[in-house]
Amino acid sequence: MKKTLTILTVLSVMLFMGCGDGEKKKDDPYGKPASTEQAKPVSTVPASQRVDLTNKGIGPIKNVELGETIDMEMAAKGEEVYNMNCTACHKVDKKFIGPAPKGILERRTPEWVMNMILNPEEMTKDDPLAHDLLLEFNGSPMANQHMTEEQARQMVEYFRTL
Amino acid sequence: MKKSINILFSLVIAAGLVSCNNGNDRKSSKGQGGLSTNAAERVYVAPGELDEYYAFMSGGFSGQLSVYGLPSGRMLKVLPVFSQNPENGYGYTEETKPMLNTSYGFVPWDDSHHPDISQTNGELDGRWIFINGNNTPRIARIGLQNFKTEEIIEIPNSAGNHSSSFITENTEYVVAGTRFSVPIPQKDMPINEYKGNFKGSLTFISVDQETGRMGIKFQLIMPGFNYDLSHPGRDKSHGWFFFTTYNTEEAHSLLEVNASQNDKDFIAAINWKKIEEYVNNGGGKMVPANYAHNVMDEHTHSATSTMLKEVLTVNPMDVPGAVYFLPTPKSPHGCDVDPTGEYIIGNGKLSADLTVHSFTKMLDAIENKKFDGEAYGIPILNFEDILAGVVKQPGLGPLHTEFDEHGNAYTTFFISSEVVKWKVGTWEVLDRQPVFYSVGHGMIPGGNSRKPFGKYFVALNKITKDRYLPTGPELTQSAQLFDITGDKMELLLDFPTIGEPHYAAAIPAEMIAKNSRKIYKLAENKHPYASFTNADAKVVREGKDVHIYMNMIRSHFNPDNIEGVKVGDKVYFHITNLEQDFDVPHGFAVIGANNAEMLIMPGATETLVWEPKEVGVWPFYCTDFCSALHQEMQGYVRVSPADSDIELSWSLGED
Repeated sequence: MKKTLTILTVLSVMLFMGCGDGEKKKDDPYGKPASTEQAKPVSTVPASQRVDLTNKGIGPIKNVELGETIDMEMAAKGEEVYNMNCTACHKVDKKFIGPAPKGILERRTPEWVMNMILNPEEMTKDDPLAHDLLLEFNGSPMANQHMTEEQARQMVEYFRTL
Repeated sequence: MKKSINILFSLVIAAGLVSCNNGNDRKSSKGQGGLSTNAAERVYVAPGELDEYYAFMSGGFSGQLSVYGLPSGRMLKVLPVFSQNPENGYGYTEETKPMLNTSYGFVPWDDSHHPDISQTNGELDGRWIFINGNNTPRIARIGLQNFKTEEIIEIPNSAGNHSSSFITENTEYVVAGTRFSVPIPQKDMPINEYKGNFKGSLTFISVDQETGRMGIKFQLIMPGFNYDLSHPGRDKSHGWFFFTTYNTEEAHSLLEVNASQNDKDFIAAINWKKIEEYVNNGGGKMVPANYAHNVMDEHTHSATSTMLKEVLTVNPMDVPGAVYFLPTPKSPHGCDVDPTGEYIIGNGKLSADLTVHSFTKMLDAIENKKFDGEAYGIPILNFEDILAGVVKQPGLGPLHTEFDEHGNAYTTFFISSEVVKWKVGTWEVLDRQPVFYSVGHGMIPGGNSRKPFGKYFVALNKITKDRYLPTGPELTQSAQLFDITGDKMELLLDFPTIGEPHYAAAIPAEMIAKNSRKIYKLAENKHPYASFTNADAKVVREGKDVHIYMNMIRSHFNPDNIEGVKVGDKVYFHITNLEQDFDVPHGFAVIGANNAEMLIMPGATETLVWEPKEVGVWPFYCTDFCSALHQEMQGYVRVSPADSDIELSWSLGED
């Protein structure tokens, strides 16, 4: 039974991986999806409660400097972007389809948050924390809404106000 | 594994060498020559690899346009054009229903024949592809960014819209000629008074170079012959258009006999630039008409249908020097112009020979007024004066000719079921290959343009018989792929098609694949019933109409519980797909819907109407497996009695 479950899990994870097509190989003009790989073992600690303020995740964002004070103008833009693109699955202060953004920066680096927004397919595949979050949230995939880096940065600023 | 493939290939190639039958053995009655060569290797597109060409094949009596990859012959998609398509809701959703509106009302089917890709300077440019609806005369424009029917215009004063939809070399015009002549305007009259009273219209539809929007520039009202096929002049003959005719006898019954009496029919040569100039200077007669112009808006995701009430007609007698008849033997079918524009091929379907007219000689005959009488006032040129050459006895029943870039022509022969390659200029037959069976059109990528890509020839066959496993009396239709890079054509592959494939058009994949749309941007969605956020998701009653502003993302609908709908209501599900990622469409179906499902692309909004007839709690669900939680993507509508006072309410994730 347990074995079947593991197989099922691996299968479903592979399914999610096949869903998106954010990443293109450079030599491929038509944007085929990258090949899938078997997922790593599942951790027992709920990923949403883990705190990791060093992991920057996988993706285009390597370093983000947060200002001493919150840039309210940027945060307002972030709120607008968030409301338009994210509320189908996220509520500000409680778990919905996905986790709540409130307090996220107490548990994650801003780089990790932005990479999760910008590069969810690779994150949920290869970043152990993101991968465990996917399983914790019933395999409901983090949709790639094709935000720009600027929009993702604005949302981080918005999350600081929550 | 790789090693074994290598060994396999070596074996296949070795076998090919050993048993080489020079690929031209007509005794191999079932055309299995491909097996003795490395044909398999040349059509094999390995898993994950992509084809070299897009081939757009007419869907024939399916009314659609199918997209294939070459050389694999794999079907990539069927694009709905003139027929409803329950697979994605085309012609069923509120947004797409106007696309099938006509002066006869909603016409959910047609017979699509001749796709033609837009051109610039006579070369394929991959912006749009056009196709004709034959039965209820219409021309459609399909955008090759969206692979979607974006516009359909009805053709008034036409019937059997067959010599269509062929385009001039800068896509100035899409041309549509009538196969059946009819009274113009239509009226109640005896059929046997056809002769001299029925007319044939040749319609020139202008194309806006930015938007692709079509509009009828003018209709040339010609004698009541059957205008069968047409082709624009190319290069030196740019500015002219050529139409084959049959039934110059003007028979109205038993055409099989009565339209085959004349030794020669005509190719009508039309100097459209001259007529365009005449029209631009105020010429022509605006007459009452009634025809639909349907346009899909990419931002509202909705089509509108406008009825147009007049059309500009031109009497050829009013534009001297614009129209001539080129005598052409025996009911010519295909009308083809070689890439240089010099040669006009009349494929006389009841003739044993192919007739080739010279454009240069035609101009000379016109200039020197070498006429051989007239028909309804239109000068007939002398056959001998304009003849460039004759391909002698190439086969039986020639229908269509395509060209490669090396000065060769490839003509299909229906009766003798073969493709014949011949040399343009010397008229010498170079090769012939049997086709299984009874080929209609043939197609070379770019083979009707100034720049053919002469690697493959596709035969589009009328009869399939024993080429596939039998499926009862009704069989698939079929195409065959030939390699034409060598001296001899080589059969590589059979593959089935939809409907009856008439003409086809193909283009190198890299010219359009890179432009293919991945998603519609939510920010550009201007649909009046779009809903983007939880705050937008709502249900609004307007009398008996209930509008549900719903959105969807992996993997839920918002709202997914709706109460307060009553028996007798007309419920509009306006659903916006909030995904912004490639290949994440969602579907929508609701129990008992009398129409279809709908597929909603990322960023788009579509509307399906549902008229519940019974009290109950009725489910709806996503039809397109979207994520591991796809099976959870569902919802309920509570339907109460007509006199119920339950208020409208809606929710997602609440008790």
